[in-house]
Amino acid sequence: MLPNNVIEVKNVWKSFKTVQAVKGINLSIPKGKFIALLGPNGAGKTTLVEMIEGIQKPDRGEITIMGKKWKGNEDELHRILGLSLQENHFIEKLRVTETLRLFAGFFDLGMEKVEEIIKIVGLEEKRKSYVVNLSGGQKQRLAIGIALLNNPAILLLDEPTTGLDPNARREIWEILHSLKKKEETSMILTTHYMEEAEYLCDYIVIMDNGTILKEGTLQQLLEDDTSEKVVEFTAEKPLDSLDLSSQELPFTIHSGDSPGKGFISLKNFESELPLFMSYMKSRNNSLKHMECRRKTLDDLFVTLTGRKINE
Amino acid sequence: MNRWLSLTQLWHLFIALFREIIREPGVLFWGILFPILMALGLGVAFAKKADVIRKIAIIDTAEQISGHQGDSVITAFLENSCEINSSEKNEEWKWKYIIKDDKLGNSIFLFYDMKWDEAMILLKRGTINVLITGRDGKTEYHFDPMNADAELTYLKLSSIIGEGRILTEKSSSEIKPLTVTGTRYIDFFVPGLLALGVMMSCMWGISYGIIEKRSKKLLRRMVATPMKKSHFLIALISVRFTMNLIEAMILLLFALVAFKMKIQGDLVALVLIFIAGNIAFSGIAVLVSSHTANTEVGNGIINFVVTPMMVLSGIFFSYQNFPEWAVPVIKNMPLTMLADGIRSIFNEGAGYSQVALPILILTLTGIIFFAAGLKIFKWH
Repeated sequence: MLPNNVIEVKNVWKSFKTVQAVKGINLSIPKGKFIALLGPNGAGKTTLVEMIEGIQKPDRGEITIMGKKWKGNEDELHRILGLSLQENHFIEKLRVTETLRLFAGFFDLGMEKVEEIIKIVGLEEKRKSYVVNLSGGQKQRLAIGIALLNNPAILLLDEPTTGLDPNARREIWEILHSLKKKEETSMILTTHYMEEAEYLCDYIVIMDNGTILKEGTLQQLLEDDTSEKVVEFTAEKPLDSLDLSSQELPFTIHSGDSPGKGFISLKNFESELPLFMSYMKSRNNSLKHMECRRKTLDDLFVTLTGRKINE
Repeated sequence: MNRWLSLTQLWHLFIALFREIIREPGVLFWGILFPILMALGLGVAFAKKADVIRKIAIIDTAEQISGHQGDSVITAFLENSCEINSSEKNEEWKWKYIIKDDKLGNSIFLFYDMKWDEAMILLKRGTINVLITGRDGKTEYHFDPMNADAELTYLKLSSIIGEGRILTEKSSSEIKPLTVTGTRYIDFFVPGLLALGVMMSCMWGISYGIIEKRSKKLLRRMVATPMKKSHFLIALISVRFTMNLIEAMILLLFALVAFKMKIQGDLVALVLIFIAGNIAFSGIAVLVSSHTANTEVGNGIINFVVTPMMVLSGIFFSYQNFPEWAVPVIKNMPLTMLADGIRSIFNEGAGYSQVALPILILTLTGIIFFAAGLKIFKWH
């Protein structure tokens, strides 16, 4: 891959009592790039990130950060990493500034840095509030602020916007977006929101079931077949299992949210659409509504796994 | 890492954890006010002998009085020496006799006229504990010999009813009540309360604090920084010690002023054993909370450690009443050692040399438990 990788993950495996969480993952993170680990719950994203963070130990394989392994280099690596866990709870009856001050103390940083961070994450008006009284979005911004305290070379954010309303999510995106512009920080972000990966990240790694299904830039992922188009339709009669497993067509019919709805992904729009129309006719069905659009990451995930990412 | 940096780290941790505690309004009540209220309540309750009311059932007197008039000593006593309640209501006392006594407190005997079956029900409820029947001039007392209070009622009653001879209160002139400072219940109780405070505060404050922070993944977040792990524990223990010191001083001040208690022994020894107690229970607390991330499991483990000591260690009442074989075991429990040590300084005038051994054992216990806890401590 690209030279100057800040993180190298080589054939890493990890299992818990009954689950094989990560199955032989290889990953390289180039300096200054934002990487999304995209996948549904249980895909192994958090386990992978926690192994990079040094919280979990891999059963097999090797992880290096800036060329260094965790063992024996904890103190040094803690100083170049910034992280926010999937769950972020701080001391409830501590104010925002006091919480930042506590963590700043661990890095030998003073009040100036705390003030700078408060501005970056936009918590100026909440600086005196107890952590317990912050909203979900504000708590998440505080967590990101703490992650940014030590000007980390590498930022690891585990689902920073899960469970937040669209506004709060947008605010966090803006914080990370302006960080990206500076090009000083490399970031790994796990998410199951496609838009988040699309908006923030240079490189997207799609994970499911402990393995990497596909990776690349958004362009690479979607333009493997440049001409590919997605046709969403609503049929007169509900689709049955025969339709969904039909072998007659060169493409698969995917079911949608409701019985009559579905979509197909066409590589060759002009020749394949008529095939679909005549197939529907032969099944004594007809189309009520049809819409053509470009392919998204959601579609890609469904084509790869047969499932939607947020199911 | 230079020394100065490590000290600022420690200081920030201390301040943060201290704020966490003092900003919880419950801390003020449960940590400071509650022990005082407990000392006040129990101290007052046991300080002055109040009037003791003893209720006795007289079985089938109607028959005795009408049938065998004069036969029974008890009948004569009731009719001649007691105040008779004119009310006809069944549930009220029928006869009353008072032994007046300034030193031991007045004993008020209330006699109820009832059938055997009724009396048994009240006996089971603990309302009465002695039943009296009169037969052929003899007075029969029925009570549970295991019940010390019933036995006392019997002794007092038999001394006044006995042969029909009424002993007056003069007979108590030989009794010299012991109300010297150091022998009162409050003198026994306050040192115990101080020891109990140290144990409870360490076990719940430190253990629960750690388990809760682990379950909330805050420990995990904190150790993902250059924070020194030992600093976190040292800060947590120091904060707890500071709180314990404040709580103990307030309780002590209260006891000295309100109950005129005196510290008869060596003050330095008192401070040392207090510190040793804190070390012991902090160490135990760290070991107890070294592994679990589940607050309910934590609850159980803490209770498992705390409850036996609270019951056995003679905080509220002397452990000398436990079976003989159990006493040596009880004496070597950390809470007993701490409570006995503090008590001996308060009440027996013990100096450093008398409590040196408990101080040493408590300190070592703390260090060993702390080291073991740190060894298996789960940060993630």
